Amino acid sequence: MTLPDDVELVAVTKRYGAAIAVEDVSLRIPRGTYCCLLGPSGCGKTSTLRMIAGHEIATEGDVIVAGENVTTLPPARRGTAMMFQSYALFPHLSCLDNVAFSLKMKGVDKTERRARAGEFLALVQMEKYAERLPAQLSGGQQQRVALARALITRPKVLLLDEPLSALDPFLRGRMREELKRLQRELGISFIHVTHGQDEAMALSDLAVVMNNGRIEQAAPPREVFERPSSAFVARFIGGHNVLPDGGSTIAVRTDRCRLGEPGNGPHLPGRVSAVEYQGALVRVALTGADGEEAVALLPDETFFARPVAIGDAATLVWSPADVHHLQAA
Amino acid sequence: MGGGVARVVLGSFFVLFVLFLYGPTLTILVLSFQGPDGGLTFPMNGVSLHWFANLFETQAVGDFGGALSRSLMLAGMVMLTTVVVSVAAGMGFRRRFAGSGALFTLTVASLIVPSILVSLGIGLLFTLMGWDTAWYSSAFGAQLTWTLPFGVLIMFAVFNRFDRSWEEAARDQGATAWQSFRHVVLPIIAPSVIGIALFGFTLSYDEFARTLLTAGSDNTLPLEIFGMTTNITTPVLYALGTVTTLLSFTVIGLALAGVALLRRRRLGSPAG
Repeated sequence: MTLPDDVELVAVTKRYGAAIAVEDVSLRIPRGTYCCLLGPSGCGKTSTLRMIAGHEIATEGDVIVAGENVTTLPPARRGTAMMFQSYALFPHLSCLDNVAFSLKMKGVDKTERRARAGEFLALVQMEKYAERLPAQLSGGQQQRVALARALITRPKVLLLDEPLSALDPFLRGRMREELKRLQRELGISFIHVTHGQDEAMALSDLAVVMNNGRIEQAAPPREVFERPSSAFVARFIGGHNVLPDGGSTIAVRTDRCRLGEPGNGPHLPGRVSAVEYQGALVRVALTGADGEEAVALLPDETFFARPVAIGDAATLVWSPADVHHLQAA
Repeated sequence: MGGGVARVVLGSFFVLFVLFLYGPTLTILVLSFQGPDGGLTFPMNGVSLHWFANLFETQAVGDFGGALSRSLMLAGMVMLTTVVVSVAAGMGFRRRFAGSGALFTLTVASLIVPSILVSLGIGLLFTLMGWDTAWYSSAFGAQLTWTLPFGVLIMFAVFNRFDRSWEEAARDQGATAWQSFRHVVLPIIAPSVIGIALFGFTLSYDEFARTLLTAGSDNTLPLEIFGMTTNITTPVLYALGTVTTLLSFTVIGLALAGVALLRRRRLGSPAG
């Protein structure tokens, strides 16, 4: 017997009047998956998340959670829980009462719900702050409380709307590790909306790249990086040169490009437009004869063996084996 | 040295201002304790509670007790209606609906109609329809034309700043629409709601023009006082002033205590 996927979207469309936010999106998220919905703002990733959560109702199509069609069910009856971008902690309740809120709504008695809320606060290392109000906490602490409040409902799927965007870079890195750890320990699916490709690469088992309300590519992040399905994905995920090649378009990873002599292999002549020292790597940007922009990401020793400066003529070369052909957009 | 002079000048100015504000009230307070044979002006002719006792006896020319209780009841009715309708309207108007713009304009328009015209209009309407005007019907309506737009405008401002994701989070946590209102929305807006209640109460309690032609045969307190100033020449007027001022302070004190209690519970230890 095969277990149903945690989430399945079947030809889901969301319209606001004449505007289409999400168009004909189909997606399967297997059990226990860390899934990132990735894309630029306005690509439909948040609308998709909110339709899974039940805070928006799909105009067309079906939303299935753990084998049950939940398309029109209220949020609390879907087996999902949402962590909001602003955290949306109730400002008049202490951390403990925030976390205990869902139990209170269910009529669980006070002693028990406070004990259980305490356990979940401990899960996110916030038990010391149980009696504080949200306004007395830092952004990172508020987020932990919001996480505990979502998890206490024992969801099959946790939905996170840009959870890391309000944190400073240092805290973001730590929270990222922690989210991944929690997801693995709890064994449930996380669906995490982000516009940061590095976040998606670091966290996801399944990266879903969206653009203009549609899914461009849904695959493990390594596959998205190594075999982007379109010029959009290659550009958005970063680390690729997207270049014309005869009538079609190719993508070549910037770390596979070198500066060298135009031999028989593929190459692009141009001028150096920028040089960025990044420590282990040096990023050299080139502008081709027809105005194409390309980048070579060179190991520092390779660069310093034959350094170039802005304005120098240089030729970008790569191996035919590294060429990835993109589908016509 | 310049700072010292400025402090003295500003200080005296402030004292004068406070005297100007509270002097008359204080004078009335003192004079309300006139002896039974005392007059409307100083000197005091003994000290007594005579005029306070006098206040609650039905008199030939005035009925203080009746007017006061009518005014309090009316203010309570207006307060309650204003709070309920304003909060409901604030919730409702967060979403645009057919005619919401027109309804809003109509509501707020009554703020700019001169109050005496509102009173006249409602009085005339009742006469035309053959209904009796009374403090609990026509005057109640007339006062609402004043308190409702204010309350609604305040609630609009409150809900403008209200983060919708609080309600979404509540729904996500399994709260029904009513639970979300009761446990999330209402506690968050509570200070503003208390504000509207206070304000509805005071606006009603001292409303004159809108009640003038709509109160019918039984006067509210402001109308009664106005009537008395022309007829009565005893310190009972002052006793009335003292009692009503005390009442106002009590209402303010209760409201402040309420807010403080809310804040304590919010900061507080184990709230359920």
